[in-house]
Amino acid sequence: MSITLKIIKYQVKDNLQSRWIIGFFLFFLIFSYWLISFTEDSHKVLLSILNMIIIVIPLICLVFGTIYIYNNLNYITFMLTQPIKRNAIYSGLYFGLIISIFVCFILGVGIPILLNILLFTESLNIVILLFITGFFQILIFTGFGFLIAIQNDDKLKGLGISIFVWLFFSIIYDGLILYLLQTFQDYPLEKLALGLTLLNPIDLGRILTILKFDVSALMGYTGAVFEDFFGNNLGLFISLTVLLIWSILPFVLGQKKFSDKDI
Amino acid sequence: MIKIKNLEKYYSKLHVLKNIDLSIEQGKITYLVGPNGSGKSTLIKSILGLIKKYDGTISINGKIINEDSEYRNLIGYMPQSASFPENLTVKDIIKLVKEIRYQNIYDEELLTKFVLSKEMNKRLKNLSGGTIQKVNAALAFLFDPQILILDEPTSGLDPVSSNILKDKIIDENKKGKTILFTSHIISELEDLAQNIAFILDGKIWFSGSKNELIKIAGESNLERSVASLMTKSIA
Amino acid sequence: MLKVNGIKFLLLFAFLSTLNVNFGKTLIVGKKENYNSIKSAIAKVAIGDTIIIKEGLYREGNLIIDKPITIIGINTPIIDGENKYEIITVKSDNVFISGLRLINSGLSFIEDNAAIKLEAVNNCTIINNEFNNNFFAIYLAKSTNCKIIQNSIKAIKKTETSSGNGIHLWYCKNITIQQNYISGHRDGIYLEFVRTSEIKNNFSENNLRYGLHFMFSDSCKYSENMFKHNGAGVAVMYTKNVEMTNNRFENNWGGASYGILLKDISDSDIKNNIFYKNSSGLYIEGSNRVNIYDNDFTENGWAIRLMANSMEINFVRNNFIGNSFDVTTNSTHNFNFFENNFWSEYKGYDIDKNGIGDVPFRPIKLFSLIVEKNRPTLILLRSLFIDILDAAEKIFPVLTPETLIDKSPAMKRFYD
Repeated sequence: MSITLKIIKYQVKDNLQSRWIIGFFLFFLIFSYWLISFTEDSHKVLLSILNMIIIVIPLICLVFGTIYIYNNLNYITFMLTQPIKRNAIYSGLYFGLIISIFVCFILGVGIPILLNILLFTESLNIVILLFITGFFQILIFTGFGFLIAIQNDDKLKGLGISIFVWLFFSIIYDGLILYLLQTFQDYPLEKLALGLTLLNPIDLGRILTILKFDVSALMGYTGAVFEDFFGNNLGLFISLTVLLIWSILPFVLGQKKFSDKDI
Repeated sequence: MIKIKNLEKYYSKLHVLKNIDLSIEQGKITYLVGPNGSGKSTLIKSILGLIKKYDGTISINGKIINEDSEYRNLIGYMPQSASFPENLTVKDIIKLVKEIRYQNIYDEELLTKFVLSKEMNKRLKNLSGGTIQKVNAALAFLFDPQILILDEPTSGLDPVSSNILKDKIIDENKKGKTILFTSHIISELEDLAQNIAFILDGKIWFSGSKNELIKIAGESNLERSVASLMTKSIA
Repeated sequence: MLKVNGIKFLLLFAFLSTLNVNFGKTLIVGKKENYNSIKSAIAKVAIGDTIIIKEGLYREGNLIIDKPITIIGINTPIIDGENKYEIITVKSDNVFISGLRLINSGLSFIEDNAAIKLEAVNNCTIINNEFNNNFFAIYLAKSTNCKIIQNSIKAIKKTETSSGNGIHLWYCKNITIQQNYISGHRDGIYLEFVRTSEIKNNFSENNLRYGLHFMFSDSCKYSENMFKHNGAGVAVMYTKNVEMTNNRFENNWGGASYGILLKDISDSDIKNNIFYKNSSGLYIEGSNRVNIYDNDFTENGWAIRLMANSMEINFVRNNFIGNSFDVTTNSTHNFNFFENNFWSEYKGYDIDKNGIGDVPFRPIKLFSLIVEKNRPTLILLRSLFIDILDAAEKIFPVLTPETLIDKSPAMKRFYD
């Protein structure tokens, strides 16, 4: 077993007993359970969960990812005096945390769905999409949280940046796109709009959602660019590819920063 | 033997280590002394590979340390304060460190002497700072390393444990181990010291044997010697 | 197969005898029969006679029926128009045609060549036939009291100009079109200047343009039909007194595709229909006094697109569930009424437990107006930023029509 795997093993063991992680689990569980018990409409439930995934998960992962590094600085220092490579400890911490959050996400959302599985038999593909989207958001924004903490030794500053990154990707970015599209509405901006959207991981999660829930509206749009993109599996394929790039990027950047960092 | 040559370190514009030349003699106990903020910790971190960007060279047993992490197999390190994942037990931590260092022989003397056996299954978050410090000390000696680096080892330890640790240091030195430890209070560990390195403002003001220092300074105890050394340098 | 057709045949006899049709003699067409071509039988046929056509492939150009006779196919004989001819032209009243398979009526840009054309006739019946790959399949002009029942009409989609309509009615009255299946034509069912007719229980899908298309056709009833995957959905134009009930409009996708397009319609009822997954469920333009009651609008892109030149359109007790946009319009004026509908978007409460939300519901979102004017912004659908914008507009309506409001939204969806 490689050193990274050994570290992951102990990190997961630690995390799964952490108050934070148990809190996330309870949050997912209660939220999903409450949604299902309030409405019989599986589509509405899944839509709300997907919305939660692309709004709440990035926030949780960013803030918690940042705090996690700060809280573990002494431990990280200790581990680095052992004869192991820096990459091993960074990957160990990252995947140890990812696995833990993902476990509490899968169980928290999965258990209420499983208990009402009859309600979801016709929308199993959306349930799968939901977990894939959640997984990507966890990968990406935990990576960002780590990166931010590694870049900033000042904890308060790091935390501030985390929250700003969340605000930026979830709200400000879309505001800027709308501003751009409104200002230059006489120009053909479909490709630009689509391209800009693909650059934002939260928007990508959103696009996967509307591909499932709003395809009737998207097909009602007369532009050929949208139709080519959304009308076949191209949209799904491109979205997933870009999400994959996004999930590797902050992690790799963070790891690189970390390996050159003075602790 | 740890050899440090022309070591320069800046934190942005702050000049932390200034052209440091220092040899930590093999088989000796070297006492690195200096007040808080003098550069002690940065120097130790450089030796441990925690500092990445510096000018100059550090070599251990003739090999320059750089990207390699293997050399840390030779070193046992006891930090001033370490914290571990709080939901793991002491046993977990020891198992983890054992798993990542491929080694067969363990020196469990400190574990026994500190009576850590009854704490083994407790989670870190339920332990006192003193107990965690004992775990730190035990971990540093556990792998029977050639070189021991102890950062303010007695801070946070009760007097009994402190003495156990001191005895252990002496014992290990007798077996030929190289030991480097620090303190910001000169008198605290002077009885253990064989060699002294005095650091202030990022500069090594003196390095050599304890007797040599006392001879140069003409004072009878270490603290006075260091003080007189300082006034001379300033003058 | 043979057995089934035999039973159908018997049933037909029973059916005919109840109608008190005068049975004349029977002429049998087939390879080993007295007549080996349909034309030779038609040449000898007299009023009230029956021509029975046996299994086989017949290529005889255009067949003209000018006497009230019955034509019955046994084991679905195939009559081929060879992509050149109109296959059967009916010029007499009281003609009954059943059990045939008609294929390849000739494509023409001048003539509306059909598989069966009824020209200025009364009381004819086309029942239980199959139509494959025809230009027009069934064509009725200036005819009355005819029945088109249980026909299966299929064509392979080409272009709008090289494709004719499945069932085409022009200047007709009292026609019944029932239980037909139509796919792959230009318009599935096309009616122009038709009066007091009933279109019931048909299935029209995958047609190039409209599943159902009617203009200037007053007082017609459309019920229990299914319109699915048609290029532009269903178009209803320039007509009064339309009754559309219990139909289903499904999966009509495209920029100009509608569950129903209502243009210049007045005094009509649209009730108990289901609009499911259309780009636009119901598009209403220049229409007056239309009652839209008890319909389901589920998962459409836009459930209702209500143009401001419409007045007194009443939306009552409809379910609006999971649509990307419930209602959109093109003006801040509104002369239409929304009352007691169920909106899945509604987040109000019902303290007095009377089933009606205590807070009115505004079905128009600011974002739908933005999208209406600037289509690429659709990419921002379901963005948190857009939600915030919509919430702000709901609190202080500036750009959305203030009177377009459901003052008594239902708390629970309606089931019928």
